[in-house]
Amino acid sequence: MSKSVRAADIEVGYTLPEVTHGPVERVNLALFAAYSGDHNPIHLDDEQARANGLPGAIVHGMLSMAYLAQVLTGWVPQSQIRSFGSRFAAMAYPGDTVRCKGVVNAKDTVNGETVVEITLTAENQKGDGLLSGSAKVVLT
Amino acid sequence: MIGKVYEPFTMDVEKGRLCSFAKAIGETNPIYFNEAAAVKAGYRSIPAPPTFPFVAAMEAEQPFVLLADMGIDKRKTVHGEQQFTYLKPIVAGDVLTGQQKVVEMYDKKGGALTFIVTETRLTNQLNEAVCDMRTVIVVRNG
Repeated sequence: MSKSVRAADIEVGYTLPEVTHGPVERVNLALFAAYSGDHNPIHLDDEQARANGLPGAIVHGMLSMAYLAQVLTGWVPQSQIRSFGSRFAAMAYPGDTVRCKGVVNAKDTVNGETVVEITLTAENQKGDGLLSGSAKVVLT
Repeated sequence: MIGKVYEPFTMDVEKGRLCSFAKAIGETNPIYFNEAAAVKAGYRSIPAPPTFPFVAAMEAEQPFVLLADMGIDKRKTVHGEQQFTYLKPIVAGDVLTGQQKVVEMYDKKGGALTFIVTETRLTNQLNEAVCDMRTVIVVRNG
């Protein structure tokens, strides 16, 4: 966060700075498996992924979601995030790039605080949607 | 099954684990790695990134506890949706306790898919509610 975000400057339609990660490498999946506690082999082993009907190892949905959260944490202090959620729309694969975007779709005053609602999306390098999310953030 | 509450689980939020997790997700903000930077930013210690609460559930294998209880093969499931509501910061040194509850179950596509919705509230060692999680697991039937 180079400069602080002020409520008065943010209106509906404002586009948050994008965050892009990738290409996601297998070592990223191994590290995420270790530190997230999700050791499911479908993220680490092509053979086991194929045995479960997948074309190969897939990126953890929660890793893509952690990238998506950085649209928020890169924009305002994390303590201003009130809620964050996402639907897992499609799978990402090793070698994919995860491009994360956010846009303000509502701005309200709740109990004297300015709360903005943000529509969040993540897509791969082909523009296919991976995640479809939203968040509520307090602005000061 | 709706309304069923599972045994409580706990997680010690270790500083090293938080730093390793932050590195694994590509975070670069010093508050996730350096205690002095975190304290300067107003946290008691290094904060847990926004999706870390799910790690507490995952570490305690909560999705698998649920599926085993329901007799569902975990290989036929995918994580459909994840929601977090943040109540207080989670920081290094915290001890989190949670309890998973089944709140909703419904079929789609003529029974080809079953959606299981759970909610888990995480509480810290000060008995403060810190985060509410809502998880949707999708089961491919047949």
